[in-house]
Amino acid sequence: MKILVPVKRVVDYAVKIRVANGKVDTASVKHSMNPFDEIAVEQAIRLKEAKKATEILAVSIGSTKAQETLRTALAMGADKALHIDTGDSETLPLQVAKLLKAIVDKEKPDLVILGKQAIDDDANQTGQMLAGLLGWPQATFASKVELAADNKKVNVVREIDGGLETVSCAIPAIITADLRLNEPRYATLPNIMKAKKKPLEKLTPKDLGVDYVGKLTTLLVEEPPKRAGGVKVESVDELISKLKEKGLI
Amino acid sequence: MFASIAKPFVTRTAFAATRVGGKKHFSSSSAARISLALTPEQLELQELSRSFTAKEIIPKAAHHDRTGEYPVEILKKMWDVGLLNTHIPAEYGGLGLGVLDCAIISEELSYGCSGIQTAAEANGLAQAPVILGASDALKKKYLGRMTEEPLMCAYGVTEPIAGSDVAGIATKAEKKGNSWVLNGQKMWITNGGKANWYFVLAKTDASAKPGKAFTGFIVDGNSAGISVGKKEINMGQRCSDTRGISFEDVVVSDENRIGDVGKGFQLAMGAFDITRPLVASAAVGLARRAYDEALKYALERKTMGKPIAEHQAIAFMLADMAIGVEAARGLVYKTSWQIDNGERNTLVASMAKAYASEVANKNAADAVQIFGGNGFNSEYPVEKLMRDAKIFMIYEGTSQIQRLIISRSLIDAAKKGN
Repeated sequence: MKILVPVKRVVDYAVKIRVANGKVDTASVKHSMNPFDEIAVEQAIRLKEAKKATEILAVSIGSTKAQETLRTALAMGADKALHIDTGDSETLPLQVAKLLKAIVDKEKPDLVILGKQAIDDDANQTGQMLAGLLGWPQATFASKVELAADNKKVNVVREIDGGLETVSCAIPAIITADLRLNEPRYATLPNIMKAKKKPLEKLTPKDLGVDYVGKLTTLLVEEPPKRAGGVKVESVDELISKLKEKGLI
Repeated sequence: MFASIAKPFVTRTAFAATRVGGKKHFSSSSAARISLALTPEQLELQELSRSFTAKEIIPKAAHHDRTGEYPVEILKKMWDVGLLNTHIPAEYGGLGLGVLDCAIISEELSYGCSGIQTAAEANGLAQAPVILGASDALKKKYLGRMTEEPLMCAYGVTEPIAGSDVAGIATKAEKKGNSWVLNGQKMWITNGGKANWYFVLAKTDASAKPGKAFTGFIVDGNSAGISVGKKEINMGQRCSDTRGISFEDVVVSDENRIGDVGKGFQLAMGAFDITRPLVASAAVGLARRAYDEALKYALERKTMGKPIAEHQAIAFMLADMAIGVEAARGLVYKTSWQIDNGERNTLVASMAKAYASEVANKNAADAVQIFGGNGFNSEYPVEKLMRDAKIFMIYEGTSQIQRLIISRSLIDAAKKGN
């Protein structure tokens, strides 16, 4: 069984986001792998360690810096990496899904495990769109993934409003990883060193025959309004009258 | 691969510290060699150590400081991730990292807790003389096992009456047949109660000068006749396991002798060329933590209507703290670069150790000052830094010993007309 894991390079979760000139300032800001994608990579590695999967291919779409993210995936335990160079242009979920479909057609994986969303645009669309384009079943927001003994079906526990839902999909299938699926491992020092020797293939959207034109333009990004300072009240009565004044109660 | 550890005993010139690669400064080849940029591998190494520290060390540092509990779980995780025993050569199953690589790691670990970092680095100190001088078979046996399971080892040189004065060591080893019999007492041995084996420096010729009087041995931790003292309660770095160890008729096979009889002093000192840059970088890590904590607090805490960082009195203290970190790290990187390139680094290692340990103490004390009353309170992280910092001026050669090494080296060179 072959697993494809798309990974995205995003501004690190610990970085305090700044907005400059109508967009998020990404220059000289620490980037790392989208945390949900890290969970997806971990899940693929666990399936391989359980002898369910035989090969893990990590793919990243973006500028050449996306290769750093692929090296992390390789250091964690992916076998091969594929970089689709889209330069500095913004990648939107539908384009990503189209590129991933082309990769699926070429590489023929049995499972695609993605993060449920990227923490930069929070779109939560790519996995679903890819399932639609491929006509594959999808199990999103996975918190548990179990392959059937014959590798023909996958049972997925999904986190939904008010509880858990267990679904069963025929393979090939799309899975998107939620936060509690697993706790990703560290890429160990020996594996970071070994990752240098693992294959990293580079392609462009053109090589895959995908018409890569973004149809959405971001007009403006604004910071949330600064929180204004509060007022102090002397008594409960004053508090209640203030709240009434503002029409809050 | 990261740069492998250079064998420091091979290419030593008398006083190479102020030269680059033994070449004159202005030649184009030496200009090409100087670079302060870390390699992509070193940046990854730094990133791994930094995220490990943030996730595994910082949240638990206060607990280990308060209780003195040895950080077994953290050390095991460190071993799993590959951050322990990093200088063991590849042929014995290690990563064979260079001293600069190791310095990058120790700065990050110490940023989280210098007590935990010291427990980890004590392994490196014990292994250093083995890497420098032991036979292939000994290396396979004692370094190899460290890469197979998470074990600790310890460097046993200091004695109750001899710390800086290494030549005053009284532990004796007497040859009996094909074995040696050790008698004596060691003190302040880091990892003393946790060690699978000890590097022990013992006197083998009572009448010889220091350069010929001592021999280094590997002593198995479970040998009959070893008694391990109580865990010492120290001012700082409290979770590091420091003990007295006594040897009473401990029999050590001649196979466990490291290098030639009488050459132990050189081994014990040679180890410092590797480990002093790492102690210095750990001090840099503590100094950087003190600076970061002080900066963060100074931006949050307001007096007279503005953050205290905007008062010049505080702003200038922060500036001085940042200067100290940069300058001390510069010395660490230089001395590490020297040894990784096969040059003698003793002089700059002493400079780095002396300077970084003093910057650590100054920054920690200034951080406490900036925090005010909160700095004096154990709910905040900086009083621990101040307690932890002091030992940096004491262990692996006091600041005074470093100045002795530096000044002697400078004066000797001047007398020789260099």
